[in-house]
This record gives sequence, C-alpha cells and structure tokens, in this order.
Amino acid sequence: MCKAHFAPCVLDLLDLRPSEAHIKIESMTDISSNGSAPALAVAVEGLVKRYGELEAVKGIDFTVASGETFGFLGPNGAGKSTTINMLCTLVQPSGGSARVAGHDVVRERDEVRRNIGLVFQDTTLDGYLTAEQNLQLHAELYGMPRGAVSERLQQVMEMVGLWERRSSLVMTFSGGMKRRLEIARGLLHSPRVLFLDEPTVGLDPQTRSSIWSYIAELKRDEDITIFMTTHYMDEAEYCDRIAIMDRGTIVALDTPESLKASVGTDRVQIQTDDDDAAIAALSERFDIEASIAEGAVTFGVPEGGQFVPRLFDEWDPAHPPIKSVSVSRPSLDDVFMSYTGKTIRDAEESGDTDRRRAMARMMSR
Amino acid sequence: MATETSTPTISPGPHAPGTSPSARDGQPPASGSPAEHHIARVHVPARSLRSELRAIRVVWRRELIRFSRDRLRILTSLIQPFLFLFVLGTGISTLAAAGTHGVNFKTFIYPGVLCMAVMFTAMFSAASIVWDREFGFLREMMVAPVRRSSIVLGKVAGGATVATFQGLIVIAIAGLVEIPYELGLILELFALSLLVAFAITAFGVMFAARINQMQSFMALMQMVIMPMFFLSGAMFSVANLPQWLAILNRLDPLTYAVDPMRRAIFSHLNVSPQAQQALAPGVTWFGWHVPTLLEAAVIAILGLVMLSVAIWEFSQAE
Repeated sequence: MCKAHFAPCVLDLLDLRPSEAHIKIESMTDISSNGSAPALAVAVEGLVKRYGELEAVKGIDFTVASGETFGFLGPNGAGKSTTINMLCTLVQPSGGSARVAGHDVVRERDEVRRNIGLVFQDTTLDGYLTAEQNLQLHAELYGMPRGAVSERLQQVMEMVGLWERRSSLVMTFSGGMKRRLEIARGLLHSPRVLFLDEPTVGLDPQTRSSIWSYIAELKRDEDITIFMTTHYMDEAEYCDRIAIMDRGTIVALDTPESLKASVGTDRVQIQTDDDDAAIAALSERFDIEASIAEGAVTFGVPEGGQFVPRLFDEWDPAHPPIKSVSVSRPSLDDVFMSYTGKTIRDAEESGDTDRRRAMARMMSR
Repeated sequence: MATETSTPTISPGPHAPGTSPSARDGQPPASGSPAEHHIARVHVPARSLRSELRAIRVVWRRELIRFSRDRLRILTSLIQPFLFLFVLGTGISTLAAAGTHGVNFKTFIYPGVLCMAVMFTAMFSAASIVWDREFGFLREMMVAPVRRSSIVLGKVAGGATVATFQGLIVIAIAGLVEIPYELGLILELFALSLLVAFAITAFGVMFAARINQMQSFMALMQMVIMPMFFLSGAMFSVANLPQWLAILNRLDPLTYAVDPMRRAIFSHLNVSPQAQQALAPGVTWFGWHVPTLLEAAVIAILGLVMLSVAIWEFSQAE
C-alpha cells in the first residue's frame, strides 16, 4: 500500500495540480453521496402487514431524511421488526408503499438491497470462516468492484477495531465483537441506509456504549442514514428523531427533546405497603392521578423536586407510610407512558400475555 | 498499488485509509473537520451475469473452505465405506464364495460402497443449509442483491464438489479390492460419482428448503439413504430378483449409478461369462438392456429436476 503517498497517487490519476485537488475531491465525494441520492432516505405511506387475522403493522406513514439517525422505539411485538423487515425487502407488505434510498421495496427489490446494509438482532455470520473471509464473501455476494474490496475491507474493520483479529475464526469472537463485525460487514458495500435491528440487545452495558461510539463515528465518517430499532429508552436518545410504536401504529414521532418536552412533568415513584390506599390518598389530597407502574405508585408532577417536601408535609399519618421516593426528569420511557399509558416493560408483559392468549385461541380451534 | 486500486468506483478523500487513531480504542472519536476523513466509498454495480457468477463461485468456495476446516468430518465419513467394504465384505465373502464364481465379494459391493460414501457426504453438504438457517447465515445470503438461483447453484456445486472429493478417496483405495487402476475405468467411476454427488446434493437442498430443524433433516436422511442403498443392488445382483424387488430396484435412482459402475469394473476384470451374467448382468427394462449413457442420463435428469424444484422453493421463500 502507498498509504502515505495515497493522496499524491490520486492526484496523478486525476491529473490535477495540488491546489485544485482538494476542492475537486470534495466535490467528487459530494457527487457520489448526493448525485443520485434523493432527499428522503426512507418514505413510507400507509404500510400494512397482516399475518392472517393479526395486523402486525396497521398502516403507518413516516419519512426519514438523508443523513438522519432515525429510531424506532417500542416494546417487543409492537411491529418494529416487521416494519424494518418490510423496508429491507425481507417481508412483503400487505398494503401501502415504501421507498428506501429512492427505490420501491417491492418493485425494485435488488436496487433497495444494493443500497442498504443490515445488522440483525441475531448474528448472521459464518462462525467457521475467519472475520476477513466473512467480509470477503459479502463483497462477492454484493458484486463489489474487485479492486476496491481490500482497501474498503481494511477500513471498515479498523473502524470497528477488529483489523488485528481478521484471521481469527468468528466462532472464537465474543458477542460484542460479532456485533461489531456485523456492523463492519453491513457497511462494506457503502450502503446509503444502514438498518440496525436492536443493535445492542443482549450485550453488556460497556459493549453497548462502545457500539454506540462506533455508530456515532461511522455516521460522521460515512455520511449515512441510520435506521434503527431499540427498546432501550436510553439508547433512543442517540437518535435525531424517534418514532414511538405501540401495537402496530406510530403513536408519536419527533426529536427526543421535543418528545420529552411534550411530557412536561417529572416522574415520581413512591413505595408503600398499600398502593391502592396511597393512590386514593394522592387523588383525594393532591388531586393527582397515580397508577402502578413497575411495581410502584407512579405519577407525574410539573416540579418533582419541589413537590416531594410538600408530599411529606401533607401526608396524613393515617395513610400508608411512604417507604421510599424517587424523582426522575422525563425520559423517553415517560414519553412512551404519556402516549400509551404504560411503561415499555409493562407493555411487553401485557404483550406477552396477549400473544399467549392469541396462541391459545389458535390452538383451541 | 493505490493508484491501481483507486479506480473511478472509489471516491477517495485526501487521506490514507485507516489512519484515524480513534478507530481502534472504542472511545468516541474526537470531532474533526470532514476533510480529515477518508471515505473509500464503493459503488455496487447493477446486477449482471458476472455478478451472479461471482455469487455462485463464492457460495461454492465457502463450502470447500468449510469442508477443508472440518478434518474430523473427512475422517469419519470414511469409516462407513471401510466398514462395509472390509468388515461386512470380508465376513460375507466366505458365505457368498459359492455364488460369486471366483470374484471377490468386496469387488462386487465396491460400486455400492462408493455410491454410499458420495451420498452421505452430499446429504451432509445439503444439510448445511439447515445449519445456515439455524445459525442465521442463510439470511445473509438471502438478502444479497443476487438471484436466489445463484445461491442454490453455488450451494449444490459446493456440495457436489465436496462429495466427489470423498468419492475420489474411495476410488483411490480401489486397488485394495482387486480393481485395476486403469485410466478409462477410473474416469468412468469418477464421472458417475460426480453425477451421483450432484443429484443427491440437489435432492438434499430441495428438502432443506422446507426443513427448519437439523434433527428432522437427519431423520429424513436416514429414511431416504438406507432404502436407496439397499434397493439399488449395491449388495446383490439385479438379475433374477422376485418381481416386487425388481420393480422397486428399477425405481431406485441409485440403481442407475451402481449398475454402470459395476459393469465398468467387471469389464476390466478377468471374469468368466457365467460370473458376468450372474453378478453384473446389467439393468433391464422389460427385457431391454439399458445402456450406460441412458443410465447416466436418468441420474442427470433427476438431478436437474430436483435442482429446479430447489431453486423454485428458495425463490418463493421470503
């Protein structure tokens, strides 16, 4: 490689004087990223997916701008993965339309596939091949120009810090390393949109945060649109905009800040021995409507920090004693709660029982 | 070097690749001006015959790499042919001596054993599709911007290559059962092994398209291979069979591999006409002797039909 001489080599190739070269190259990069790029990376209209009687996605509309990091947030079973699978051409929509990177996901399936990178929840690597072989295989499957492969391959592997491990069998990798390698592979063919389906699920917190720093880095370096799903509230905040999904519909779509601002209240949770009595007391004395979420009496008040002293001052000794209090600034979890009336965790539990009931119905037929 | 790689399909930035120091340590990178980053953006060209051929080749090559890594599999898949040939063959040869007109019984069963070795390896190769599905790798291939038929073709070609290689090892030991190493004979055995390898891999892939669990596939494999092996005449002569067995024998595709192999071997042995008549009479359809080329065509056509079904199935799958 003539790393150090790379720029001069290119200049020779382009036959340009050095003073002009810089500008020319920049404009070349612009052409490649914007030349045929539509302003919208993803455009979805009335998208529906039915499985028999079950309507997993109930006619959703949204758009994602080029270069945006767009998050799909919601409990398991909300329809996030089904939506992402339709956008990736893996699942046929039952109705509506979707365009990804300017191409229709049904009629121009190959075009869409060449312009997207995919990182799934479950690993899709071949453990019996080395890291480099996995990426080479991908390059061949995607028909990448031969001359471009080795340089690009080294670049993406260095980006995720796996270049030194390129000759190791993938089955010897940890979960986090595999996920990083999948991200590298998803980027190898320079997709315009990178789909990340729960990119950090099942990883320890440290690995999760390192994955996020890679994603931040690649977004800056690659000038790419990122479309991701997550059900971790804290991760959704890395996104430019978030769509909150519940039961197959989008219940809210905005920037994380606006979504949080729309809640407007802090979340207070109190622990008591008699939650029902505590809820009654809150309603009676403070005119606050509380509910039980995550096993604690939960309610929202505008200034949580100032409310707590008042709460203790005015708490009648006849009421069940408060064992603990926690106050939190609004998070996306509260946003989810304000739009759906439940926390994500609660929604998943009830979703599970819904699914079990649906299964039971199907079995009994 | 770099001048060669920077074809117009790359739009290189002003800096060398992979020199960003923040890339390695997992720390959030320090922000810099965009000009500092090198983007080796590649452009994936539209689908063409060439890209399909590359896809076929890489899927094929993956099978070979995986097979070469799996030394244990190469070894264990040889145990069965050796058991049949030398343990069963030697044991039965004392019983069968009266009926073989002086021909070594091991030589007689050799074609069947060769076919079985190829069949097992071919089925195992096809089974890797079920593994690939279970471990997710199938998805990586299914979402690639290539025809599903290219994936299936690569897979079948890979499985057939591996199985033929296994057949070659068994062909290599032919001398141990008194089969002469003559070029024409070796080539004929090799060509027939290749056909069997192809047809059985296509057969396995056809089923693997529908089967999601390895256990089910293994059960199916046992259910299919053993009857095919026993009905094919691998262990007995196809002449003078009772009606029901003769019919089943003629319906078994493997018959049309074992028979020409055996006739080829016998034509290179110094055997009496009676032995030839009793042991390698050739398959007949209503009294008509089926020629070798037609027998080969039967296997090839069956293989192509099953390949088409496999391609169709994978094209339907979401």
